[in-house]
Amino acid sequence: MSADAEGVAGTAGDGGAVGPLAIAGQPDAVRLPAAAVGQQAATTADAGADHRPARAAAVRRVGRRRRLPNRQVLVGGALVLVTICVALVSLVWTPRPPQAQDLSLSLLPPFWMDGARPGFPFGTDLNGRDLLSQIMAGAQASLFVGVASVVVGGTIGLLLGLLAGYFGGWIEALVMRLVDIQLSLPGVLLAIAILAATGKGLLNVVLVLGFVSWVQYARIVRASTLGVRAQEYVLGARALGANDARIIRRHILPNILPPILVVATINVSSNILAEAALSYLGVGVPLSTVTWGGMLNEGKNVFELAWWNALWPGLAILLVVFGINLLGDGLSE
Amino acid sequence: MIGYLVQRLWQAILVLLAVSVLSFVLIFLSGDPVASLVPLNARQEDVDNIRRQYNLDQPIVVQYAIFLRRAVAGDLGESFKFRSDALSMVLGRLPNTMLLACTSMLLSMLISLPLGILAASYKGRLPDALSSLVALLGISMPSFWLGVILILVFAGGLRWLPASGSGTWQHLVLPTITVSAFATGLLIRLVRRSVADTMAQMFVVTARSKGLSERTIAWTHVLRNSAIPVVTVMGLQFGALLGGSVVVETVFAWPGVGWLMIQAIEARDLPVIRAAVLMLALFIVVINLVVDVLYTLLDPRIRLGAKAG
Repeated sequence: MSADAEGVAGTAGDGGAVGPLAIAGQPDAVRLPAAAVGQQAATTADAGADHRPARAAAVRRVGRRRRLPNRQVLVGGALVLVTICVALVSLVWTPRPPQAQDLSLSLLPPFWMDGARPGFPFGTDLNGRDLLSQIMAGAQASLFVGVASVVVGGTIGLLLGLLAGYFGGWIEALVMRLVDIQLSLPGVLLAIAILAATGKGLLNVVLVLGFVSWVQYARIVRASTLGVRAQEYVLGARALGANDARIIRRHILPNILPPILVVATINVSSNILAEAALSYLGVGVPLSTVTWGGMLNEGKNVFELAWWNALWPGLAILLVVFGINLLGDGLSE
Repeated sequence: MIGYLVQRLWQAILVLLAVSVLSFVLIFLSGDPVASLVPLNARQEDVDNIRRQYNLDQPIVVQYAIFLRRAVAGDLGESFKFRSDALSMVLGRLPNTMLLACTSMLLSMLISLPLGILAASYKGRLPDALSSLVALLGISMPSFWLGVILILVFAGGLRWLPASGSGTWQHLVLPTITVSAFATGLLIRLVRRSVADTMAQMFVVTARSKGLSERTIAWTHVLRNSAIPVVTVMGLQFGALLGGSVVVETVFAWPGVGWLMIQAIEARDLPVIRAAVLMLALFIVVINLVVDVLYTLLDPRIRLGAKAG
């Protein structure tokens, strides 16, 4: 992407993100409190509406040279990269088969404690499974659910947001009503309720988490689309005879993409957290697939005896989510 | 103003209707509801009887109408497992959940307001970096895992506090910390941004150029104006806290709606699940409504906006 396009995109995204909040005279303002809502909404706003002066400065600077990624992006990116590598390696190699049970090796402590055995640096669980191997394999499920559910939610949200922002009218009214409804309810609650009925399953978790997170995308896409649609180059394209599909593809989409990517990054982390919580509660991914939440679910009866069973999976979740959030914060600045 | 309230009320009713549709559909997502009511070897006529008894032979719209009429009258069915009224089971647990949500809200306010203001006043310096780190940890921590670790340290290792149950204030400490962690992280970031944004506003520059003292500027100009987004999100966080407590209650065996719901899921007790979802949603919608009304009182711009629109 050229430096110029980046500048335009940044401004468009910024205007879009603050759009519904800033224009007080429009019907939009009536929806303001409901639009500023919810934990997800706050994260979204976090990502988008920060530092307008800084942005302006950045736009000016971009003319001369591309900005180096900041420290947050580097640290967060490194954590994410390590997790991806671990997940990839675990596809072909783990120290032991993650699900291999051996009751003679039950509850071995980690390497620095008395009674530890070489070959089991993180210790073992009640069934004698190697915790290091399970942690490595668990990275697969976490990343898969995180990314896949964002693809599902992002696609729904992008489509509905584009329709609402581009065409307006009753479509917009309908979509925004749906947004209001969904924003009023905590996603985890909805996810638990739906999964309680549909039953567990990796795919079910992906679909349900996607279904409860589309709202964030729909809101930001609609707001950005509204901003971009009024730009001169869109009017120009239309005057030249471009149809709606072409305008959306060539002019709207490239310009609303950056803010969507920031939301998507942060959404990956919140969906990884949600998956872990669901699997811990026993309504998420079934135990036949190794997940960090599932490890905590299985280990909860032995935590007093063998606390390391509680330590590793939680630490793994914390590091990945921390890394992704850091990356998202860095990207949004 | 009145127009806005009416619109807002209408929206709240829409949300509740949507939740009622969802909770009505739940029972069908799980397959044939009759299958969970009869033994495997039931005779066909028994199955048909039950189908008729539960109105499952009616068209789905009629079934929904019956469900809705009963729900409005406070009849959400009977627990499959305990054969008692599902709604009263949920209502009995609701005070515990509300208590936990309130203490958590209070704790996260007590932590996040000072830290957020501190961070904004020292933007880019050490206090800012530290409180931003705390905030980031708060929103990155799996809450149920934090609960487990707190139990291991303070109940298992140090034996200062009870690990689970309810009854005394000591039982409330660990669940409160656990539930509030996420909201605290979120609020620190919000307060920081809100205060920083306000400090960059022209009216603050003007106040400063008029020679007002920094203290006057802070209290009358900055904090009052930063309060608006913070109050909204705090009210709405309350809904999220209720949702989050579903997860955390289970860790601490805290006898609230969340734990009841998870137990009902394990027992496949759909009427109780349904009643729990409906009641939590009802509370969240009511709280959001109250927050929005308070918000209009705080922010004159919305009153004007509503008049214009």
